Amino acid sequence: MEQLTQDFLRTKKLPHIWCPGCGNGIVTAALVRAIERTGYDQKDVVIVSGIGCSSRAAGYLNFNTLHTTHGRALAFATGLKMARPELKLFVIMGDGDCSAIGGNHFIHSARRNIDLNAIIVNNHIYGMTGGQHSPLTPTGKKATTAPRGTLERPFDLLELARGAGATFGAKGNAAQPRQLEQLIIRAANHKGFSVIEALSPCPIAYGRRNKLGGAVDMLRDMKEKSISVERAANMDEEELEDRTINGVLYSIDAPEFAEAYYHSIGKDIG
Amino acid sequence: MPETKPVLMQGNEACAVGAIAAGVRFYAGYPITPSTEVAEQMAAKLPEIGGVFIQMEDEIASMAAVIGASIGGMRTLTATSGPGFSLKQENLGYAIMAEIPCVVVNVQRMGPSTGVPTAPAQGDVMQARWGTHGDHPIIVFTPASVYESYYLTIAAVNLSQKLRQPVIVLLDEVIGHMREKVTIPEGKLMVEKSSDKVPSDWKPYDEKGLTPLVPFGFGHYYHVTGLFHDQYGFPTGDPPQVERALDRLHEKLEKYRDEIVLTNYIGHKEPRVAIVTYGCTVRSARSVVKKAYWQNRLPVGLLSLQTVWPFPAKEIEALAKQADVIIVPEMNRGQLVGEVERYACGEAKVVPLNRYDGEMINPDQISEEVGRWL
Amino acid sequence: MAQAKKKSINADLVINRTWCKGCGICIAFCPKEALFMDHSGKAEKDMEKCTTCGVCETFCPDFAIALVNRRLSINAGDKTGPDAG
Repeated sequence: MEQLTQDFLRTKKLPHIWCPGCGNGIVTAALVRAIERTGYDQKDVVIVSGIGCSSRAAGYLNFNTLHTTHGRALAFATGLKMARPELKLFVIMGDGDCSAIGGNHFIHSARRNIDLNAIIVNNHIYGMTGGQHSPLTPTGKKATTAPRGTLERPFDLLELARGAGATFGAKGNAAQPRQLEQLIIRAANHKGFSVIEALSPCPIAYGRRNKLGGAVDMLRDMKEKSISVERAANMDEEELEDRTINGVLYSIDAPEFAEAYYHSIGKDIG
Repeated sequence: MPETKPVLMQGNEACAVGAIAAGVRFYAGYPITPSTEVAEQMAAKLPEIGGVFIQMEDEIASMAAVIGASIGGMRTLTATSGPGFSLKQENLGYAIMAEIPCVVVNVQRMGPSTGVPTAPAQGDVMQARWGTHGDHPIIVFTPASVYESYYLTIAAVNLSQKLRQPVIVLLDEVIGHMREKVTIPEGKLMVEKSSDKVPSDWKPYDEKGLTPLVPFGFGHYYHVTGLFHDQYGFPTGDPPQVERALDRLHEKLEKYRDEIVLTNYIGHKEPRVAIVTYGCTVRSARSVVKKAYWQNRLPVGLLSLQTVWPFPAKEIEALAKQADVIIVPEMNRGQLVGEVERYACGEAKVVPLNRYDGEMINPDQISEEVGRWL
Repeated sequence: MAQAKKKSINADLVINRTWCKGCGICIAFCPKEALFMDHSGKAEKDMEKCTTCGVCETFCPDFAIALVNRRLSINAGDKTGPDAG
């Protein structure tokens, strides 16, 4: 039973700012346990994050931490990775941070297949600014900027990433933290652009406005709807209606950008 | 002194060569006329010396990437022009707040908007100062030759490292694209090394004063953010700390003002009519003063500004006490003339001379204006 | 009810009351109902029922509950970090 090591937390910065029952802390704890399990040296780990509730996680983690500008975490991380390819980068973003304003950097990071671990904490809403809809808000759901429910269809983030060239895609959620931890370890061990979409409850902005109950109800619902990739394989469209498929969706081998670049200038870093 | 060898070089190339001479080994950029040659030079040269060149998906990403690489310990450069310069502003402000060294070359073209992409202009001067939001400090050099492009880029890289302050090298299309003979010293230039051996009580944002940036990966687990922050980089909104932190950013430049503000005066020691200008317009003004003073001994002088921000207030105040009239030729509808007027404090009549049709201000225009006041 | 899982004797559940925000998630997901909300709205443990399985630690959004062995104190804290400031 892995004990959450306090060494990787900036305990003097706690308690954190997230609302009671917000899933950000669950995802962050899974990330910390995963980092510990990878055995990486503490000084080689860097947490990069964008702007939004989940991105505040960087401030609570006892590594080199880089809290960047909204939507641009992956572009900052690309520069850092190319300068210091030996560092292990985990890039925490919210659903809006990554797929709205950050969309262009998301698809290009995937196309480059640069060795970054992108962890998208998907709570279906812009939480920090009080509850606006994001590109991952399910159609029809309400937000302060969609009082009658959103009309747009959300991205299928992992298919978007696969189509752009990402070579590892996995989906987890805050209601299955142990599995999420394993997925992050798998992503970290994968060489190339790894995407983890972690569903997370936002009881205050998203849950309340859409009458989904409190954090516990949202987590229970998340758990009920969750189905493994294996079991989903032999279920038809209709059965999969409102289920979410969890696990590793794809893992492909392809040249990693930083390694390929340094090889091209005669410096192998593999 | 390293032996010098003359070479024919383009302004944009001189920025690339100067940056490399000053230790830059990382370039991230995006194509845009009239600055693309800087990227092309870096794409060819950096891989030869183990450096990193990357073409990003847009200028926002380019600016982010150079900041990221700088936090990784590399000296970094990016180059762009008006439209790209506008896109880079938010992350430029981030680098200022987080005190991450980096150099941005902006080769001005006729604006606004798409404007005339291949035509020279000097219309980004105020954007270079106030492009990003908030009361931020900035250093902006304005080379008036290929030679100055080389040396001012070197100065920009070294000052950026020393003060942990982003520096803008503001060219215009003429300086960027022209070629001229330049003497480049052989051998290594003295380049300030950012050290990774630091005292154990090192703080990234030390109240007592500037500390070098210890790159990520050396076991100093500090935090970097665009939020106002304390000495370890952790966010704070506490009013006294916020005010203190903002003053601290400005004090950095004030303390090294004379090392940053570079100007050059030629002409009569007691001019009655003085010209103040920067960038390619200096070349036209210089030929006017050569004729008027060197040849005809008229009381005419030229103060050329290699630094436009922080603005050379002291130099203008002194000149205004001397000259009766200060002419400010600019390839825009009047931007720096306001600053000149402000620091002349009425001691001299300040006369704007503006051209903004995409062509250079030629010497005759300036000499005609000078004649009017002599 | 027979002791389903042998309790590991040297493990203990430690709750950090300053970090706990009383969200109730640990209470809801504890398989043995060994946690409850105390009068001041903080999670509290009942070691009779607790089988030290550690599920609560993985579900806690506040890092406020941890399964520790008795020797290692909860406030290991970040010794190396400079965030003493």
